[in-house]
Amino acid sequence: MPQVTMQVNGRSVSGEVEARTLLVQFLREHLELTGTHVGCDTTQCGCCTVHVDGVGIKSCTMLALACEGANITTIEGLAKGDVLHPMQSAFSEHHGLQCGFCTPGMIMSAIDMVNRKGHALDETTVRKELEGNICRCTGYHNIVKAVQAGAAAMKGA
Amino acid sequence: MYDFSYHRPTSLQDAVSLLAKQPDAKPMSGGMSLLPSMKLRLSKWTDVVDLAAIPDLSGIREEAGHIIIGARTRHVEVATSALLHAKLPALAELAEGIGDPLVRNRGTIGGSIANADPAADYPSSVVALDATIITTRREIAADAFFTGLFETALAHDELITAVRYKIPKRAAYMKFRHPASRYAIVGAFVAQMEGAVRVAITGAGPHVFRIAAYEDALTKTFSSAALDGVTPKLPSLNTDLHASADYRAHAVVEMVRRAVKAAAARKSI
Repeated sequence: MPQVTMQVNGRSVSGEVEARTLLVQFLREHLELTGTHVGCDTTQCGCCTVHVDGVGIKSCTMLALACEGANITTIEGLAKGDVLHPMQSAFSEHHGLQCGFCTPGMIMSAIDMVNRKGHALDETTVRKELEGNICRCTGYHNIVKAVQAGAAAMKGA
Repeated sequence: MYDFSYHRPTSLQDAVSLLAKQPDAKPMSGGMSLLPSMKLRLSKWTDVVDLAAIPDLSGIREEAGHIIIGARTRHVEVATSALLHAKLPALAELAEGIGDPLVRNRGTIGGSIANADPAADYPSSVVALDATIITTRREIAADAFFTGLFETALAHDELITAVRYKIPKRAAYMKFRHPASRYAIVGAFVAQMEGAVRVAITGAGPHVFRIAAYEDALTKTFSSAALDGVTPKLPSLNTDLHASADYRAHAVVEMVRRAVKAAAARKSI
C-alpha cells in the first residue's frame, strides 16, 4: 500500500493508506484525531474542515495521498496547552453551538475567514462566508456573534 | 469510492504519458467535482493523475490585451485578483459565486472547464468572452470546446494549461443559483466585446450555448430595453428535480436581462 507522510498539528506522521483514503479518514481512523467530524460526506456541511498549508479545506474531499509533505492543522492543534485559541474562546463565551457537532468545522472555517478577510467582519460577511458550513441545529445567530468576536480577538493574539 | 492507483507527476509531459498509457486514467486538479462523483460511485477510474505538483500552472496575468489564467488557478485567486477587478470584474464575481469559500480554496478554473458540468459557471465566461483554451497540444476556440453534457473537445491525454480571455468593454454574469449547491439553475454571461455582444447561457441546457437573437439586438443597442419583443430561439432545455424546461426558459430571459443591466451600469473599458 502507498505510504504518506505529513505534518499534523506540528507532528510528523506517516501511515500506509489506500489511494482512496480521504484526508478525514486518515485523521480520524489512523491518527485517532476525532475532533474533525464527518457530517454529510458530500462536500456540503463543512464539519470536516481543516487547514492544509494554512488554507481551509473540506477534508472529506481531499485524498490523504494528496497531502504528502503538507502541513495540516485540525481542531486539536489550535489550543496552546490549556489556553484555547481566541476563536475557540469566542465560541465558548458566546455559546456559538447547540449540539456542537458542527463546531470544529465552524471554528476552522472561521479562522480561514479571518485569514482571508481580516479581523473586522460585519454580520453580512460572516453569514456569506459561512455558506460552506451547516449547523443543523440552525444556531447561526450565536455562531455569527462568536466569529465576529473571535476575529477581533485574533488581532491581539 | 472504488480504489485506484494514485499518481503525482511533476511535469506536464509525465502527466500526459500517464494518461496516454491508461484508457481509464483521469486527471485531477482541485478534485472538487471528481472526488464527489467517485465517492458516489458515479465514476470509476483505474488511475488518478493529480496535477497538483506540476509547476507553473497557476497565476493570472495580462498579456497583449488579453487576460491569461493558468489552469490550476483556484477560484479564490480569481475572485480576489486585483487585475481582474480592474479589467474583468465580471469574471472575479463569477468565481466568488462558485460553491463556498472552502470549495473555492481548492477548486480550479481548468478543472471546472475540463469537467464541463452543464450547471458550472466558468463555461459561460469562456464562450461569452470568446476565450481560447490552451492545452498541451493546441489552442481550442471557445465555440468549439464544449461539445455535450460533460463532454469537451479535449482528447483523453490532453490537459488544459491556461485560458486566454479577451477583455470586453463591459460584461456581467448573473445566475439564478440553487440555494444549497450554488450551481447555476440558469446563469447568463453577457459581454460587450469590440464590435459585437456575446450572450452565453449555462445551467439551462446540456452544455453552454449562445443566443443569436439577443446578441444581434444587444449589438445594435446595449440596453435591457433592446431585449423587449425579441423572442430567443432556445435549444432543448433541461428538466430535473430543481426546475422544468419552461421554468428555465423563463429564467434565461430574466438572467440575460439582469446581466445586461449590470453590465450597462459599468464603466466601459
